[in-house]
Amino acid sequence: MPRQRAGLPWFIVTNAPAEIDPIIGGEPDGPLGEDQQKVTAGSSNTVAGPSTTQPGADAEFDPASHGDPEGGGLRPLLRLVPWVRPYRGSMIFMVVTALGAMLAQVLVPLVIQRVVDGPIADHHTAGIWPLAGVALALGVAEAVLFFLRRWTMASTSLGIETDLRRDLYDHVQRLPVAFHDRWASGQLLSRMSSDLSTLRRFIGFAFVFLIANTATVIVVAVLLMSVDFWLGLFVAAVMIPMAVATRYFENRYRREARRAQDEVGDLATSVEESALGIRVIKSYGRRPQMLATFTGNATRLRSAELRKVTTLASFFTMLDAYPQIVLAGVTFGGAMGVAHGTLSLGSFVAFVTLYLRLIWPLASLGWLLAVTQEAASATRRIFEILDVEPSVVDPPRPRELPSTAQCAVRFEHVAFSYPGAASPTLADIDLEIRPGETMALVGATGSGKTTITALVPRLYDVTGGRVTIDGVDVRDVRLDDLRTTVAMAFEEATLFSASVRENLTLGRAETSEADIAEAIDIAQAGFVQELPFGLETRIGEQGLSLSGGQRQRLALARAVLGRPRVLVLDDPLSALDVNTESLVEEALRRVLGSTTALLVAHRPSTVLLADRVALLVDGRIADVGTHSELLARSSEYHDLLAQSSHMEVSRG
Amino acid sequence: MADATATADTTATANDDLAAPVAYEWKGKLEQAPDDEPVTPSAGLPTLRREARALLGSLLRPHRRQLIPLIFVVIGQNVTMLAGPWLVGLVIDNGIKDALAGDDSTIVLLSSALLLSALVSGVLNRIFLLRAGRIGQQVLFDLRRQLFDHVQKLSVSFHERFTSGRVISRLTSDVDTLNEMLQAAMDGLITAVLNIITITVVLLVLDLPLAAIAVAAFGPLWLLYRWFARRSSVVFRRTREAIAAVIVQFVETLNGIRAVQAFRREPRNAALFARLNGDYRKANADAFRLHAIFIPGVTLVGNLATVTVLVVGGMRVADGGLELGVLTAFLLYLNQFFSPMQDIAMFLNSLQSSTAALEKIALVLNEEPSVPEPTEPVALPQPPRGTVDLDAVEFGYVAESEGGRPVLPELDLHVPGGQTVALVGATGAGKTTIAKLISRLYDPRSGTVRLDGVDLRQVSEAELRRAVVMVTQDGFLFSGSVADNIAFGRPEATREEVEAAAAAVGADTFIRALPEGFDTDVRKRGGRLSAGQRQLVAFSRAFLADPAVLILDEATSSLDVPTERTVQQALRTVLQDRTALIIAHRLSTVEIADRVLVLADGRIIEDGTPSELVSAGTGQFAALHGSWADSLV
Repeated sequence: MPRQRAGLPWFIVTNAPAEIDPIIGGEPDGPLGEDQQKVTAGSSNTVAGPSTTQPGADAEFDPASHGDPEGGGLRPLLRLVPWVRPYRGSMIFMVVTALGAMLAQVLVPLVIQRVVDGPIADHHTAGIWPLAGVALALGVAEAVLFFLRRWTMASTSLGIETDLRRDLYDHVQRLPVAFHDRWASGQLLSRMSSDLSTLRRFIGFAFVFLIANTATVIVVAVLLMSVDFWLGLFVAAVMIPMAVATRYFENRYRREARRAQDEVGDLATSVEESALGIRVIKSYGRRPQMLATFTGNATRLRSAELRKVTTLASFFTMLDAYPQIVLAGVTFGGAMGVAHGTLSLGSFVAFVTLYLRLIWPLASLGWLLAVTQEAASATRRIFEILDVEPSVVDPPRPRELPSTAQCAVRFEHVAFSYPGAASPTLADIDLEIRPGETMALVGATGSGKTTITALVPRLYDVTGGRVTIDGVDVRDVRLDDLRTTVAMAFEEATLFSASVRENLTLGRAETSEADIAEAIDIAQAGFVQELPFGLETRIGEQGLSLSGGQRQRLALARAVLGRPRVLVLDDPLSALDVNTESLVEEALRRVLGSTTALLVAHRPSTVLLADRVALLVDGRIADVGTHSELLARSSEYHDLLAQSSHMEVSRG
Repeated sequence: MADATATADTTATANDDLAAPVAYEWKGKLEQAPDDEPVTPSAGLPTLRREARALLGSLLRPHRRQLIPLIFVVIGQNVTMLAGPWLVGLVIDNGIKDALAGDDSTIVLLSSALLLSALVSGVLNRIFLLRAGRIGQQVLFDLRRQLFDHVQKLSVSFHERFTSGRVISRLTSDVDTLNEMLQAAMDGLITAVLNIITITVVLLVLDLPLAAIAVAAFGPLWLLYRWFARRSSVVFRRTREAIAAVIVQFVETLNGIRAVQAFRREPRNAALFARLNGDYRKANADAFRLHAIFIPGVTLVGNLATVTVLVVGGMRVADGGLELGVLTAFLLYLNQFFSPMQDIAMFLNSLQSSTAALEKIALVLNEEPSVPEPTEPVALPQPPRGTVDLDAVEFGYVAESEGGRPVLPELDLHVPGGQTVALVGATGAGKTTIAKLISRLYDPRSGTVRLDGVDLRQVSEAELRRAVVMVTQDGFLFSGSVADNIAFGRPEATREEVEAAAAAVGADTFIRALPEGFDTDVRKRGGRLSAGQRQLVAFSRAFLADPAVLILDEATSSLDVPTERTVQQALRTVLQDRTALIIAHRLSTVEIADRVLVLADGRIIEDGTPSELVSAGTGQFAALHGSWADSLV
């Protein structure tokens, strides 16, 4: 927050130019310019874009983000060392140039002192030139050093930030699905964006100036005391509390800003709902209620913002008034000294100017410490993620899967519980899918069908028993091999913001044009050829939007692409209309004929694609048999699948 | 689907992409609609368009009584603050001289004046910051409310055209931009501008030749600023776009993590991310370097001007043509003359983006609701009978002048009160459009839609919504508990009524199994409902609302078979004494209708009871029903 205020009393500003800019918005980024806001505002946890924030979920996982900024200490920053090490040369360079620029600035008053006491006092105009030359050199040196530091900052702090972001992304990608179940994407996103930006600011700015400003404060204090010891000592003594006060206000402001940010989040939720739920709101005529809710949120936000305003007003008043009060004392003491011969006029002018040079570095120390604390907690939050060990990993001694044309999949006494769940989701599952066979899984909602499918490609690992492919435990196979052998289609067809082709291959290098054409054919996804750019058309969130049925057909095409030996399909036809469904079924039948497949089914027509059916009840296999066998002997099965026609119709 | 923006420059790369084994670019980008471009192109002072000016005026007008005194406060603060260097100069020139002559009182007096100016300026500053901040927040509050209410009044057609994303960003990030601007202004930038003006005046009064040097420095500063403003708007936009791309890639990976891992997309993702991450780094580095030139540039100009003043002024003091105190004061003023310059550059940037935000907001506020409330509403019979008539209704989403084909060319339909009608037909046949017209989310282009003989355009909003309720496929849930969501249908309903509504549609079993039953928060962990469960809640909500006309648009599409069966049984009783319009893919749902309408291209091609149509045996419905019945067991 306490960036140098432009309109500050002259004494503060004197020293500002070199340093204020990085705090102000020297580092524009963030989709909403959030950094600028953060920088000027000193805090805020703006997460990018309302669609990704989940304000409600925050507190649950993330004590650090809402905790006291004072807590925790600065230790976590040490963990950054491996990432900083490659840049240590430039880091040192930045500190040195910052220090140099500061000193150049500080020396100018001493030159002025010489000018006043020398040429001016002696009325010797020619004597001004050499001193002016020195002043000029210092002025240019300051600007050049300043430039060098900022130029270096571009490669250094951004380099460290980029490396960390890359490592974070790679790590997150490797973490198992179970981890992602627990962490809302907004949580991870805020670590990847705002926490990393905090670190970048710390590395490029706070760290450098913590050192440079401390050194400057010491140098200036010594110089002041060398000009006039007692006056210098007085100034140093009364100015130290400025740093303490800055830190106090900064922390207070940060807390308030964070609270305001929470209110912004709540307000955004209310806005989001009003926009996304507009049909429901209109449909029920609930505009007045929505406005009332929104007004409530906006009122809370206003009070939070007003608290910030109050703090700022006190803080800025302190920043303005206190140094000027001290200045009145300095002027009085210095002028008296000159009048009574203990101080030269030049020294007095120099003293005043030097004093002005002390204010910003001192006041900023408090702020820099607060930034450092914030960086420490950002680091802690980032390492909360980096410290999670991927639990679904390649085995130490991988086994090869037999390269049979068709393979058998077996579930042997498989049990599975979600972490923290009271009761197991799956218990004692024994199921064999013979080579080339298609097994349908039928069960009520919540009976564990989807969970079973996820165990085959190890999206989750079993918590008991084992899953084997041709007798080899899936955990003994390299993940890459396993997931080449097994392909999946999910109920919720996930599309990525990329071309259709990319969405089908997902980057798998081994696919050919012929494979793609065949997959599109099987999934009846010929519509992609009609898109504006055919297979190159961007789809997904940032591109063309597709209907549910189209998405599902693409997801199916993705799964059958390259004819995997094991196919796991989680209700792949649910969003298709009747006509397309029957076309897809027909084509799918061809693929299933030669592949071992596990197929979650809700409709009789889908079940008919399977050779046998396993009936799942409450996480256990209740029965296995052909469709007609089960219909005949299981009332539960009949209940799940039979849609009876009540119409008395004679079919023509 | 017609909204892909096919631009010429993207087609140019088509062949390269096909040839390259690892293509990175896809076509038909939509992520940045033209009017969402952050605007900061011009160097110079931003100007406000008429609409935005009018909006700003209407927002500030209520506060003008406080604003005018505030202007005096801030000027007073500025003057007392700037008195500092002048007083120091006086101490040097007069105070010390008098003291040397044995009279310390001038020094005491001037130092006291300095102290007083510090205190007064502090007090005024505090008053200004508090008052200005309060007014600013009140303005934002009013703007938020006004905008929210207006957006809610706008019709669904607006929302569909404008997209929820943009509505959200108008109400969130655009208003936040104004807030940031306000904070920047509070942050001393108002006084910075005032400073420059005041100091220029003071310098001119103090000494004209020296002032000329200072003012001359404006030339290079202005050039520097022009250069910076022009370059930075480009660079800043690139950084925003780059971080947006990084975020999209990150979020998509997280949301699609199952597919990512199951299909071994990790290496490809890592490559894509490395590139986006690198782009962001590069864009940011460019911005850093821009600052690395601009800010030291300003410092350099300031330093050069200061040295020049020192030389020229020093000469004149040495010659006796100028008092030393004046030179000192001058040097002190110069320092704060140059240092706010770079702040002002930043300030202009933020001023430009906030004027752009204000303009975007003004445009939304100027939208007229296309489905307006009647000024003199006609009352419906009480209770409404639920007779629905469409007379010669024509409707299309895209105006014919823009090449849009009407979705409904000319439709006549009479639904007597109490009848349950099922609409069947391929996607795009116009089923949902009919539903939207009857619930007056849209008005027909020509013809009338009437409820109990009253044109819907003459029915008051409140009365219409009590009479007609539409339940859609998505089953949108608001934050809050399950009970809150059901009570949305009738906010005054008691808890018993809410639970009874859930029980009536068979939703209570799953709701009671949730961690906190009806009080489970639907946005919290453990409360996330499946698509089918959301539909059940939406259904309970509609049941609780108890409308005369109920429209179900694919409202049961995500239910599993046993649940659907329960719902259908419930429907038979629920729909008994009310008019209902059912759109469903599944024929099992259609079966409960009294009457089936088969639509093709906005026309009714078959109309009859389900059994009539099936026994006729020749129509589309009969064919559909036949293939469905075959799949039954």
